[in-house]
Amino acid sequence: MSFEMPVETWPAAVSTVTLGATAEQGGTRTSTVTVGGEATLPFLNFEQETPNRPVIAMEVFDEQPSEWPAPLEAAYSDVWGDPAQWAQKCVEEYGADLICLRLASADPEATNASPDEVADHVRAVLEAVGVPLIIWGCGDYDKDNEIMPVCSQAAAGERCLLGSAVEDNYKTISACALADKHVIINEAPLDINIQKQVTILVTDMGVDPSDIILYQTTGALGYGVEYAFSIMERTRLAALGGDAMLGMPMLAVVGAEAWRSKEARLSDEAGAEFGWGPQEPRSILWEAATATIFLHGGCDILTMWHPEAVALVRRTIDELMA
Amino acid sequence: MYIIGERINGMFRDVGAAIQAQDESVITDLAQRQVAEAANALDVNVGPVAEDAVAAMVWLVETIRKVTDVPLCLDSTKVDVIRAGLEACEGNAIINSTTGEAEKMAQLFPLAVEFNCEIIGLTIDENGVPAKAEGRMEVALKLVATAMESGLPTDKLYVDAVILPVSALQDNPPEVLKAISQIKMLADPPPKTVIGLSNVSQNAAFRELINRTYLVMALGVGLDAAIVDPLDTELMDAMIAAEMLLNHAVYSKDFLKAYRKS
Repeated sequence: MSFEMPVETWPAAVSTVTLGATAEQGGTRTSTVTVGGEATLPFLNFEQETPNRPVIAMEVFDEQPSEWPAPLEAAYSDVWGDPAQWAQKCVEEYGADLICLRLASADPEATNASPDEVADHVRAVLEAVGVPLIIWGCGDYDKDNEIMPVCSQAAAGERCLLGSAVEDNYKTISACALADKHVIINEAPLDINIQKQVTILVTDMGVDPSDIILYQTTGALGYGVEYAFSIMERTRLAALGGDAMLGMPMLAVVGAEAWRSKEARLSDEAGAEFGWGPQEPRSILWEAATATIFLHGGCDILTMWHPEAVALVRRTIDELMA
Repeated sequence: MYIIGERINGMFRDVGAAIQAQDESVITDLAQRQVAEAANALDVNVGPVAEDAVAAMVWLVETIRKVTDVPLCLDSTKVDVIRAGLEACEGNAIINSTTGEAEKMAQLFPLAVEFNCEIIGLTIDENGVPAKAEGRMEVALKLVATAMESGLPTDKLYVDAVILPVSALQDNPPEVLKAISQIKMLADPPPKTVIGLSNVSQNAAFRELINRTYLVMALGVGLDAAIVDPLDTELMDAMIAAEMLLNHAVYSKDFLKAYRKS
């Protein structure tokens, strides 16, 4: 008896979003990245091809990070004082699809850099690399509302991805995206209902649903990853079922979450106490495993830290797309 | 839920007068407002006043097509009027409707196949509307079987279990709910279910309250589609809340707005 694979069809598909703009499109990027467009659940290639490959954004901080574990220090200490060089290294040596620039220097609790200083960092990175940019504020709402208009203006027309709009702070960033032709990240605290509400608020401001990427604050492997996965899955099911307010590509913050975990942070000696083996392969695998889980949850953009974890996940994407 | 807007019907005085006077603006305005209020398709019925029903149907379809591409639910008891509407909108339509009478089914199912469109089948046969759910299921089965024999995929059939006015036949509404909950089991892929909602409240007091309460009850037993007035905001709000409570739509603070944006 022959077996016929049951094939599910859905009434709707995820929107397709292109990041970056070339000279022809009014920007200066040498390449663009297109994500989304899925018409079924992740990698069910017997139902529908995955129309666009998930991509990896490598994160660059605009000032030297403090207390980074040894494996990250080894990878980046030669460039981490200069975001332009750091971005270049990620693109040229590690093949980043896009750069996620974290404007950490603006944080009032840290350096408290001025909007103009931070915008200079954005300009320097735009000049240093040709890939599209994610520009992410420091997370302090008031300060972000000061820096993002200046940074957005500095990158006008480049079709960057701006982070992030949240339920209590979305107006300034929506206005930036509209004025300077960028795409925005809608952020929610692991809550699908709030995620949907942010989309409603942002689209009420006039942002087109096709200029939005969804992001749920995540947890790493061992730290609530299954809860994040189930929310991503539910979001994707709603999108495929026709919920236009949840029908966008999804982003996951992998590096920051994975490297927050004890399993990634403990040194060789401290880890030996638990029989965990050396830190470098352990931490890289922790980041790569976290990323792989989110790929299966339907994420289209992963922001990552360690180059070897990036290489591992890229190989996984190759296999899933084959 | 699939909403078929009922307002473009010659039975309504404004529409009847617009057909007589060939006043396009009344029709395009009704079409646009219904679609803006989340109608997925529009019912089109020339009503009793048009002298040339075929010409009136073609005029209505062509007028509506100037402002929207949503499917049109061509509503007539006359086959030539439906055919003219199908030709005018090039098949992006729902035939409204056949009954379970052999003669009608023999005319209308081939038309649905020819134009590759959906069709509403009323659970009425040569003996009229059955009193009980079981009788409605028998007619529904005839409709499903005829769809299969005609080569129409069963999910292109909407079975309408025919709601009658509660003011006249109070034992009727629960029988229709029972039928709606069972019709899905008749075929795979299952046929869809639809009701012409406003009929339930004819000649009754508190018509709008009765309409929206019954719509919510019918959604609870699995109704797929309804022919309703989408301009009745409280009706649409009740429907949207029910969709959310049935977990068909993800909750958000602005869930009413979210549904209308989708």
